[in-house]
Amino acid sequence: MAVTRFLIPLGIFIGVAAFLFKGLSLDPKEVPSPLIGKAAPDFSLPLLNNSETRFANSDMVGKVWLLNVFASWCGPCLDEHPIIVNFARSNTVPVLGFNYKDRPQAAAQWLDRHGDPYSQVVLDIDGRIGLDYGVYGVPETFLIDREGFIRYKKIGPLTQLDVSEDILPLIEELSR
Amino acid sequence: MIPEIGHFAVILALCVAVAQAFFSLVGATRGHTNWMAVSRPSAYVLFLLTTFGFCCLVISFLTNDFSVLNVASNSNSQLPWPYRLAASWGSHEGSLLLWVLMLSGWMAAVARFSKGVPDDMLSLILGVMALVAIGFYSFLLLTSNPFDRLLPPAVDGRDLNPLLQDPGMVIHPPMLYMGYVGFSVVFAFAIAALISGRLDTTWARWSRPWTTIAWAFLTIGIALGSWWAYYELGWGGWWFWDPVENASFMPWLCGTALMHSLLVTEKRGSFKVWTVLLAIITFSLSLLGTFLVRSGVLTSVHAFATDPERGVFILGFLVFVVGASLILFAWRAPKVGLGGRFDLVSRESALLANNVLLVVAAASVLLGTLYPLFLDALGLGKISVGPPYFDAVFIPIMAPAMFLMGIGPISRWKKSSVPDLASKLKWAFVVSVVSALLLPFTMGTWNVLVSFGLLMALWIALAGIVNLWTRLKQMSRGEGNTVWNSLTSLPNSYYGMLCAHWGVAVFIVGVTLVNGYEIEKDVKMSVGNTVTIGSYTIRLDALKEMEGPNYTGVEGSMAILVDGEEVDRMFPQKRLYTVQQMAMTEAAIDTGFTRDLYISLGEPLSDGSWVVRVYLKPFVDWIWGGAFLMALGGILAVSDRRYRKASQMENGSEEVTTSS
Repeated sequence: MAVTRFLIPLGIFIGVAAFLFKGLSLDPKEVPSPLIGKAAPDFSLPLLNNSETRFANSDMVGKVWLLNVFASWCGPCLDEHPIIVNFARSNTVPVLGFNYKDRPQAAAQWLDRHGDPYSQVVLDIDGRIGLDYGVYGVPETFLIDREGFIRYKKIGPLTQLDVSEDILPLIEELSR
Repeated sequence: MIPEIGHFAVILALCVAVAQAFFSLVGATRGHTNWMAVSRPSAYVLFLLTTFGFCCLVISFLTNDFSVLNVASNSNSQLPWPYRLAASWGSHEGSLLLWVLMLSGWMAAVARFSKGVPDDMLSLILGVMALVAIGFYSFLLLTSNPFDRLLPPAVDGRDLNPLLQDPGMVIHPPMLYMGYVGFSVVFAFAIAALISGRLDTTWARWSRPWTTIAWAFLTIGIALGSWWAYYELGWGGWWFWDPVENASFMPWLCGTALMHSLLVTEKRGSFKVWTVLLAIITFSLSLLGTFLVRSGVLTSVHAFATDPERGVFILGFLVFVVGASLILFAWRAPKVGLGGRFDLVSRESALLANNVLLVVAAASVLLGTLYPLFLDALGLGKISVGPPYFDAVFIPIMAPAMFLMGIGPISRWKKSSVPDLASKLKWAFVVSVVSALLLPFTMGTWNVLVSFGLLMALWIALAGIVNLWTRLKQMSRGEGNTVWNSLTSLPNSYYGMLCAHWGVAVFIVGVTLVNGYEIEKDVKMSVGNTVTIGSYTIRLDALKEMEGPNYTGVEGSMAILVDGEEVDRMFPQKRLYTVQQMAMTEAAIDTGFTRDLYISLGEPLSDGSWVVRVYLKPFVDWIWGGAFLMALGGILAVSDRRYRKASQMENGSEEVTTSS
């Protein structure tokens, strides 16, 4: 009887195990956003500090800018907050705060307490614009270029590594 | 202090397992009797130490010791005590401790209840189990210590995930783990048999009850998980083909195949190599399930904390255990002789075909589960495989298996004749076809899938009745046999088989009718509004604020009207768990024998009305009822008296106990 026949299960298993090992270094939650390379969805939303004035994304045309989705009810936002504050302090590009499904007073208090890194904060109280941006986990961060195209998107808290490895080089390239 | 003592007990347990593995395995292979004598008592010691360690963790949870990281992350002082108890295994660390507790429990049980097994064989078995135990105890201690301290202690805990705060979830993990870990016993039996070269019918006889009982636990565990998903997630679904569900379903499919294969190996000495391979595969899939759930390589609705370091450890362990077993298999299996011959039409053939179908089904589930990972690893993009794939692949594979389920138990070993089978089963066949064609009309509309599903269910059920009838008729030829005498003299294992097979029929009825005739309505309701579903009219009478021990919420009060008369009231809730700020839907379910009425509150709308989801689910409880009958069948089979006197069991009683 051919012994090789009995090695088949072992062979299959080794193949599967190799894939499983490779799989450990992959992140299944990392889904490339279909929005990348597309024009950022249009919005015109009231500002946090002055709800009479509206702010539209078209006001940013000609600039490279960062859109950071946050909310006072979101724990992970607090984790990434120091990184946003640091980034804003470096004055590289303007950071627009996108306050998502939140109460304006709560958002203002939250920014008072933890520092306000944003050039402006817009209010998306019912989350309708967030829907256009495909927001499903807060925080999320978008990098938008001069023509208003989304170039980068991160779901979940931003890390220092994201800033130094992805965002800064991309900004440099886009600002050229 | 208590957590440190618990930690210490688990470290000691690891040391005991190392000693046990060494003395048992070396002792058995070298034939040192006094070394082998270590294996039995050390299994008891291992179990006692682990139980002690587990109790220490439970005490930390019950006494709200928030200086223990695990307690602080998964419990809260406001949490009712039964959930604090359940929180002990609600976290990754705690569930691993539960896992090793079960493993040591199974080892102690093997040591205690294997009187008929020769000492050297028992040593090998316990030695192999001790090796598995070493892997899991080290995993626990090195990467996931449940007793880690949090200094300074937290003021209060972060609470148990509200999804898990539910009676179903309290018992689901222990049951599931009993099943998963239980397969380590038959695995150890198989490896021991391969090492010693004694791969014979006695081996199969020893392994069978262990396999069956583990399978029964797994069945209950999976059913509870599905039932929990049904009432707790608020979507009214009962199975999602989620990776975590698949992880438990694959060992179940292979375990089912293994149970039947062991039967053939015991009775006829055939399929030995195949049975051993199945034993290895079944346990490997249990380990793979652990890996998939704990490593985070696949996305799942079950949000467990995942950690790549743990993934590497489990994968390494998996490769060691499964790789070594398969090498051993490739080395030893070619020397195993063939068993008794059998004809194309025989019970062996039917069982072999069913075996192959079950394994192919498991393989297709595995493929669907890992496919996203394969593509991602090859850089071919991200996809997700969902119910359309699984439904399309699974049902056609299982359909012939269901058909064979009717034929197998009634056919003879070795050689059966087609005309004989046909004459026995012709009425069952005709009746099931005719009723399957007609029954859907009584439910309203005729639907080909419903008809087909009912055909399968009726066929299995009727073939079982014919089987029992034929048995009784044969026995009544003897002298002075009343029907009652015949019924009581049939062995429990036979009734176990019938019960489990009828369970499958009941299960199919549930699945078929829910899929075919479920009615679902999403409506906007404010107080006073009504919605009609089937023959029921549901009226929202009131919405009131409510407060639970660790949540606040809104409760709807719904009147259920039939022909304008109120027959019942139902109270669906929307809860907000205050600590984790997590909203939960508590569906109100009116359970009935032929239908469930299911109401869940969706989201509040700005004008004070609510989105309400209402389902009428015919025969949905038959799904879990069927699973319960299957498990009951397993337990009946194990309670067979021949296992109670297993040591003197010889071929004499073979005549009666031909099936299970």
